[in-house]
Amino acid sequence: MEQDTTKLYTFLIYSENVPGLLSQITAVFTRRQVNIESLNVCASSTPGAHKYTVTAYCDERMARILTSQVEKRIDVLQAHFYTDEELFINETALFKLSTPAMMKNREVSSLVRSYDARIIEVNSTYSVVEITCFPDVIISLFDQLKKMDCVLQFVRSGRICITKSRVEHLDEWLAVREAKRKATK
Amino acid sequence: MSEKITGAEALMRALEHEGVDVLFGYPGGSIMPTYDALYDHKKTLNHILVRHEQGAVHAAQGYARVSGKVGCAIVTSGPGATNTVTGIADAMIDSTPMVVICGQVGVAMLGTDAFQEVDVVGVTSPISKWSYQIRRAEDVAWAVARAFYIAKSGRPGPVVLDFAKNAQTGMVEFEPAEVDFIRSYDPDPDLNMTDIERAAKMINNSVKPFVLVGQGVELGNATEELRTFLEKADLPCGTTFMGLSTIPSDHRLNMGILGMHGNLGPNVMTNQCDLLIAVGMRFDDRVTGNLATYAKQAKIIHFDIDHAEFNKNVPVDLKVWGNCKETLAAVTKLLDTSKHTSWIEGFKPYAEKEYEKVIDKALHPTEGPLLMGEVIRKVSEAAHNEGIMVTDVGQNQLMACRYFKFTQKRSVVTSGGLGTMGFGLPAAIGATFGAPDRTVCLFVGDGGLQMTIQELGTIMEQGAPVKIILLNNNFLGNVRQWQEMFFAHRYSFTPMVNPNYELIAKGYGIPAKTVIERKDLDAAIAEMLATPGPYLLQCAIKEEDNVLPMTPPGANIDEMLLEL
Repeated sequence: MEQDTTKLYTFLIYSENVPGLLSQITAVFTRRQVNIESLNVCASSTPGAHKYTVTAYCDERMARILTSQVEKRIDVLQAHFYTDEELFINETALFKLSTPAMMKNREVSSLVRSYDARIIEVNSTYSVVEITCFPDVIISLFDQLKKMDCVLQFVRSGRICITKSRVEHLDEWLAVREAKRKATK
Repeated sequence: MSEKITGAEALMRALEHEGVDVLFGYPGGSIMPTYDALYDHKKTLNHILVRHEQGAVHAAQGYARVSGKVGCAIVTSGPGATNTVTGIADAMIDSTPMVVICGQVGVAMLGTDAFQEVDVVGVTSPISKWSYQIRRAEDVAWAVARAFYIAKSGRPGPVVLDFAKNAQTGMVEFEPAEVDFIRSYDPDPDLNMTDIERAAKMINNSVKPFVLVGQGVELGNATEELRTFLEKADLPCGTTFMGLSTIPSDHRLNMGILGMHGNLGPNVMTNQCDLLIAVGMRFDDRVTGNLATYAKQAKIIHFDIDHAEFNKNVPVDLKVWGNCKETLAAVTKLLDTSKHTSWIEGFKPYAEKEYEKVIDKALHPTEGPLLMGEVIRKVSEAAHNEGIMVTDVGQNQLMACRYFKFTQKRSVVTSGGLGTMGFGLPAAIGATFGAPDRTVCLFVGDGGLQMTIQELGTIMEQGAPVKIILLNNNFLGNVRQWQEMFFAHRYSFTPMVNPNYELIAKGYGIPAKTVIERKDLDAAIAEMLATPGPYLLQCAIKEEDNVLPMTPPGANIDEMLLEL
């Protein structure tokens, strides 16, 4: 039997801030039958550069192909892929819980506190709980709350992460490009 | 303050600034302001009115392939734009530099499902190198400069400019823009001397080296560098279809064609060499066959300018990133002058076997109907092997690639990656504009000709000197061959009921002749080539002939069938 080498990879993609790139990037994944598990897009610390954080299950060979094909798009600055061990990872989740159910079962509140989750709204109908942590912890909290039959709504953000590496690849690369630009002129 | 002009007029000046001299196009509602501006630029921008927008893009491709310049097509919005999609995808997979300008509804109408509105950028983004919507007249100069820079630099490809109507009519002070640098795009990577040295060392240590030559060498204007590279270290090579004219057919180091319908020797030796050196090619499945058994015994070096091609299909031991004009020259300097005589001699028995089993029969039949191979070789020789070979897709293409001979570079115009039937006729028109002093020979089947047959109208209007060799076997021949081989002779919708092509040609004022008997072939070819302007030579070809040798799809590349 062939060994399953599929795992969750995180792709960090930096691009110029131009319209229409998101669909180009997602098309690179979908065309190769790779489903995107989560997606976060925002401005990055580098002026003018946008950062895409994409997670997807695939094998390492496919992760390499996806990275090079994304990088091939004209307005993409850089793309890299990482395993969870190489990143500081966070996700935010919001839970809308039934206040009467919480009142009835005191274990709900103690469970929420044991996860260091914050209660950010309480009224007689519902309470809102927010937690920012590693994705597996969110899933675990959700599973337990679900068993207590008190979850009205649940939402998770896309993954955000920063690399553990001491090298800032994008900045170094941009410096090289800037030198090349000056040499071209 | 300089004068204000319309965005459409700015486009004309920007195209002139880029050195465009020929445009293939078709007008329509959303591009009318641009066509109005074009009316005043007829002397510098030679607009060729095609008969269908697909013809415009294929003609631009043919022009680009033979001239090395950027082909340019101009069409209207909606259906005009969607009709170019096949040509854009074709140019993308075959790395053809092209700029396609599509009209678009005004920005105020975008997203309203307006008349002839299509999301052109959305449709073309995945199949183009860059696709951009020009929404303001102020953006014309920049967008055109960037489009041409992207189309022709690095690994060339098609660029789409979606030109909103308000941007065509808006007023702007025009200054031509220059784009020779894009921060996020590096088409000209610096030489990595470590890789160059490693490549030279691997080649110097190789006893059985084999070079795979792709179109990238011609695209990088590196045919001379390749030749020096091969000759210095005595390296035998095989070419892809797209790379056929990179090295003369009769060069002593040219062992023939790679892949499914290529030559026996190069395919067998791919799986016997100790070092495979791929230059400007992308290990297409038609070249490699079964990847699990492809060149497993060999170390592999890959020279390419497109970084995304490395390790895409075939894992390689060394990648040499850059323009092969520079990388090949740098490696050549470090190569030992050597001889691989006995290794090269090893190709000979396979060539002899293929000649005896296949080639001799294809070129020198003594009885029965005409065969494609003999027609193609005679045309090639009558044009002193200096002609441009344009093909459609199917058996005509495979046979033309096998039997046309090349002495000049930039002589191959074929739809290699996409396999676009209907490509041939319009691409041949484009080739006559891209290389007006050369003989353009189109080999086309009775299926493909009818897919874009309306372009006979363009040929008529322009007097474009396309020599059309119609290889008529009353079948969609290649599909029929596969049905014979893999679908138990069940000829599902491949027999063709054909019109009278001579009459059609005559309707367009194109001289035409049909050859049925072998004894009439030489004279007919001579007459075709001696006749100024276009000509249609219909050859009645054996109906159920097969292209051999063949590696069945998915089979090991060294297991070619020489006969059925």
